Amino acid sequence: MRHADREPGADEPVLGRFPRPLRVLGYTALLGFALLYLLPFLLQLANSFKTDPDATANPMALPPDGGTLTSYRRLFGPAEGVENIPFLRWLGNSMLVTALVTAGRVLFDSMAGYALARIRFPGRRLLFAFVLAVMAVPGVVLLIPKFLVLKSFGMFDTYSGMILPLLVDAAGIFIMKQFFESVPREIEEAARIDGAGTFRIFWSVVLPMSRPSLITLTVLSFQGSWNEFTHFLVSTQSSEHDTLTTGLGHFVSGGLGSGTQYPLKLAAALVSTLPVAVLFFCFQRHFVRGANSGSSKG
Amino acid sequence: MPSESTVGAKRRRGLREGAWGWLFAGPMVLVLGLFLVLPIAMALWVSLLHWDGQSNPFSGHADFVGLDNYRRLFAEDGLDRTLFAVSMRNTLYYVLLTVPLQTVLALFLAVLVNQRMLRGRGVLRTVFYFPSITSSIAISTVFLFLFQGSGAVNRMLGWVGVKGPNWFADPRGVVWLVLGRFGVDQPAPTAGGPLGLSWSEWFAGPSVAMCTLILMAVWTTSGTFMLIFLAALQDIPRELEEAAALDGVNRRQLLCNVTLPALRPVLFLVLTLGLISTWQVFDQVYVMGKGAPGNTTLTPAYLSYSAGFDNADYGQGAAIAFVLLGLILLLTTLQRWVLRERGGRPRRGPRSLKGARRAAR
Repeated sequence: MRHADREPGADEPVLGRFPRPLRVLGYTALLGFALLYLLPFLLQLANSFKTDPDATANPMALPPDGGTLTSYRRLFGPAEGVENIPFLRWLGNSMLVTALVTAGRVLFDSMAGYALARIRFPGRRLLFAFVLAVMAVPGVVLLIPKFLVLKSFGMFDTYSGMILPLLVDAAGIFIMKQFFESVPREIEEAARIDGAGTFRIFWSVVLPMSRPSLITLTVLSFQGSWNEFTHFLVSTQSSEHDTLTTGLGHFVSGGLGSGTQYPLKLAAALVSTLPVAVLFFCFQRHFVRGANSGSSKG
Repeated sequence: MPSESTVGAKRRRGLREGAWGWLFAGPMVLVLGLFLVLPIAMALWVSLLHWDGQSNPFSGHADFVGLDNYRRLFAEDGLDRTLFAVSMRNTLYYVLLTVPLQTVLALFLAVLVNQRMLRGRGVLRTVFYFPSITSSIAISTVFLFLFQGSGAVNRMLGWVGVKGPNWFADPRGVVWLVLGRFGVDQPAPTAGGPLGLSWSEWFAGPSVAMCTLILMAVWTTSGTFMLIFLAALQDIPRELEEAAALDGVNRRQLLCNVTLPALRPVLFLVLTLGLISTWQVFDQVYVMGKGAPGNTTLTPAYLSYSAGFDNADYGQGAAIAFVLLGLILLLTTLQRWVLRERGGRPRRGPRSLKGARRAAR
């Protein structure tokens, strides 16, 4: 990391501070931009506490009388007199799929990354070229292909069809390979002399040293599978398999219910954003690492 | 000279390592093979069929039509070609506007947030980056609400005396909308343009509805690219800037002659990442109107999906997917090649491509 070895005084700007009027102007511009990035979320929050007519009539106002919890009641429990959306089912499905996919990716990506980084075996170069090629294939061209293969395997509209194809991802393998290559070989050699086998070395020596990278991988896998949409769209059909993304997607694009129901939609979108948001605020460093894995030394 | 037993032991060890290697890589080979390579191969076959999704496409009864599905996209006059041309036009404008806008905005934000004396840099970075990590479906829901006819955006425009359009219901192209102000009306569609779409439709520009998708894309992805620029800015050796300062340059010269040139490889990275990801726009289209109004938000990715899943013409859908795949692989190859030429960092492009796309989700 660059910041650690900065000499004292490095935080001083090279050319001295901006003159005062410019500084005020700069801060104003920044505040304006910050507001532009925050406002959609603030409006989402405010309007999720309104009634339908109120959200339509006064989208810019704060909720009147402290707001109503109707939308949230309709998401989480029976509300009187109005139809409910199966939000808890969506939430449960998202949690199940995300938990299994994240666990699978952390294990399988690090195993594959270790094999590519450290184990000498025939075909390794070829496999690595394969991973690079896979990373170039965009997800949206796989919609019909994935549907075809799941249908042929009898896995269409099943949990296994939703989960198995996501258990490994090439980008995660790449991150782990990159990390394992930075581990000094001497440590593994020492363990080998002590009589440890390949799996023991991987499991008891290398993995415990990999905590930062494993956290990055966990965080990115969680975010990726929680926000996954297209794969669930083409691998499922019945509403019992809806996740937060496909459920909300069908709901918003007009498959369910009637009227605009924006407060309800906004509340559902808000709740489905929360887990990733919490994760983001706790592990921001790791998200940044994910975004930067190409342009910094990670 | 090694004795026979050590040679044997070495070979045994090599064999054992080989076995371990394939064992460790096994899950990866299995999953990527079964759910990525095999599907592509199957879809390549299906793109040569007329298949409605019902029968088994791999039995002898498959209705083999050769390159018909591709011909219908490029050479044969008809609805398929028109829709494909419209989707290409829409996406072309989407790409042409989104990529420069998000790059410039990201660079601007990165330079601002990189100011060393700025208070609250961390908070601002978080604020700008946060939209990038949220789900595209949730964000699309919010934007649908904000851009309603009487929604928050039009209210705010009203405060400054502008009457906002009915965003998502407005299929008019912005080029003709602007020209209309000067008394030039869109000519009636005539035959003659490429792919069976008239020139006046090709030059219509993005529709008002498409502009909301562009705004949303710029808003959600600029944070990710800001981070990439920020990392590059912090990688510029401080000595370089200090030397320039000693030479007596002013702020603008420092920015234009030292900082920006140092960012050139990253600028290219961001531009190509943007190009590659914008051609794939799908989720937003699905939630925000499925191509409506008047097919002006239709994109090739969505057209491929709806040809298969809505119209039960999976062969056609697969063909569109392969055309799109070809285009994107072309862009990726270009990116990998140029980044290799420039910095001798062959693996940079693809790695960050996935990272940035993932972070952008």
